Amino acid sequence: MQLTQEQEEILQGNQGLGASIAMKIQVKIGESFDAKRMVPITRAHVALSAQEADVWFAEKLLNAGARCKVPPTVNPGFCLAYFKNAGKVSDADAELMQRTHNAYKSLGAILSYNCTPYLQTNVPRFGEITAFSESSATPFINSVWGARSNREGANSALCAAITGLVPEYGLLLDENRLGDVLVEVQADMRSDFEYQLLGYMGKKIGKGIPVFTGLPRRITPEALMNLGAQLNTSGAYGMYHIEGVTPEAPTLDAAFGGQEPARRVIITEDDLQKILEEISEPGERKIDFAMFGCPHLSLSQVQTIAGLVDTKVLKAEMWILTSSYTKDLAIKMGIADVIERAGGHIVEDTCPDQPCWNHLNGQFGVTDSPKCAYYPKRRGINFIIRSLEECVQAALIGEVGR
Amino acid sequence: MSEYVFDGHTISDGCVEGEVLVSRDDIMFYLINPENGVVLEKGHSLEGKSISGKILVFPGGKGSSVVQADGLYQLLMHSNAPKAMIIQNPETVLVASAIIMEIPMVDKLKAPFYQMIKDGDSLRVDATRGVVTKI
Repeated sequence: MQLTQEQEEILQGNQGLGASIAMKIQVKIGESFDAKRMVPITRAHVALSAQEADVWFAEKLLNAGARCKVPPTVNPGFCLAYFKNAGKVSDADAELMQRTHNAYKSLGAILSYNCTPYLQTNVPRFGEITAFSESSATPFINSVWGARSNREGANSALCAAITGLVPEYGLLLDENRLGDVLVEVQADMRSDFEYQLLGYMGKKIGKGIPVFTGLPRRITPEALMNLGAQLNTSGAYGMYHIEGVTPEAPTLDAAFGGQEPARRVIITEDDLQKILEEISEPGERKIDFAMFGCPHLSLSQVQTIAGLVDTKVLKAEMWILTSSYTKDLAIKMGIADVIERAGGHIVEDTCPDQPCWNHLNGQFGVTDSPKCAYYPKRRGINFIIRSLEECVQAALIGEVGR
Repeated sequence: MSEYVFDGHTISDGCVEGEVLVSRDDIMFYLINPENGVVLEKGHSLEGKSISGKILVFPGGKGSSVVQADGLYQLLMHSNAPKAMIIQNPETVLVASAIIMEIPMVDKLKAPFYQMIKDGDSLRVDATRGVVTKI
């Protein structure tokens, strides 16, 4: 790889040992993908997780004197104040979250603790070169905004934030952004929920960049957020196109760069029903709780829940996970009052795959997100997957239908 | 005994010798028990087998960025990480984790390597030079 003089100096340690370590890792990554050069980034998002590997790597760079040149937004761990006061986390788990917070704070990260930065806090322009990790974020910024990022790991995105550079390969290059697989959707995409199930069709869609056709022209940001999150739970996708909707796919011809698709896949109503049966626990049972917010709910989704709850009282627990600024808005607008009066909780800065939920071991909940059901499985938490509206109804009566 | 030499491509530096374990399926390191290196994932071609100290030959990685790195890190902390990794489909998440955790990794080995190699073979992986030798 050809480095500029300044990049060579970072590598040699002229900007400190921390930047040199990050640069060395990035040059190795670049060489393994035959990148020819490093290019500057203007934004980054790090999928912080507060797991041991995360803390180890952040502290390693920090102790070597690293600081972020491009301050990244970060993913949620769990809200220390909320769960520590509620006595829901062990001292060891609380300490790990505290160390994560301290390390990222000192590195100069933006402590947004939110996994949907592409909707509010960290929104790139078309063509902007960035380093985004987080499975729902990378496809959103590539596909919906037309910005450019490879499917970074949390660690490689942190290196990019520190050096302000990324190796140029993969989705940063025009020729690698074209579609491979034509996905003809014949199912009726009635609501945002159907996009959760469409995203979970990764096994049928297969490897490559999917180009969806047959979808409505007007698709909500929440539906697109769901689609990307679930594509990366059932498979690994840095980007997708939607004919007539996403900016690099005004036509099918543009999306495929004038080439024939490598494969064609048809998704029917029946496919969506079957995948739902496969990944959801069976319905027709009592439930202990409802959980929303994987990815974090938008204000509009929190409003929808408040509208359904209205003046009623919940029979099951309800947790709504969102960003601290969406929660602030919900408080100002009186939405939070409605939900809390009904017995629900709006919790900021928190992810469903965190030790703060270990107390739900053995319980049954409802969620609208297959990703929310997938990762907490290893904590012994069971989920029935239904639309947002059906989940709220279930929480109101304490049981879920077929 | 004659040696067979195969050319590959460097991803993460290092030179080690060890015993081969071949996986037909992609690997998510989060679903491997760090205490003994045994693959827990249901229906995986390595289910019930230990990857600890092996030269792991597999197509590529899968799963979210976060869990892949932590899975490999936990194996490393328990001294149950693979000695080296030989892959076919590199992606940033797995490549970055191998480089950061200093586990030798190569890719781009050609068909004759895959035709000859089987579980239990002894290999020398000189990832720095991108060369794999059957010994």
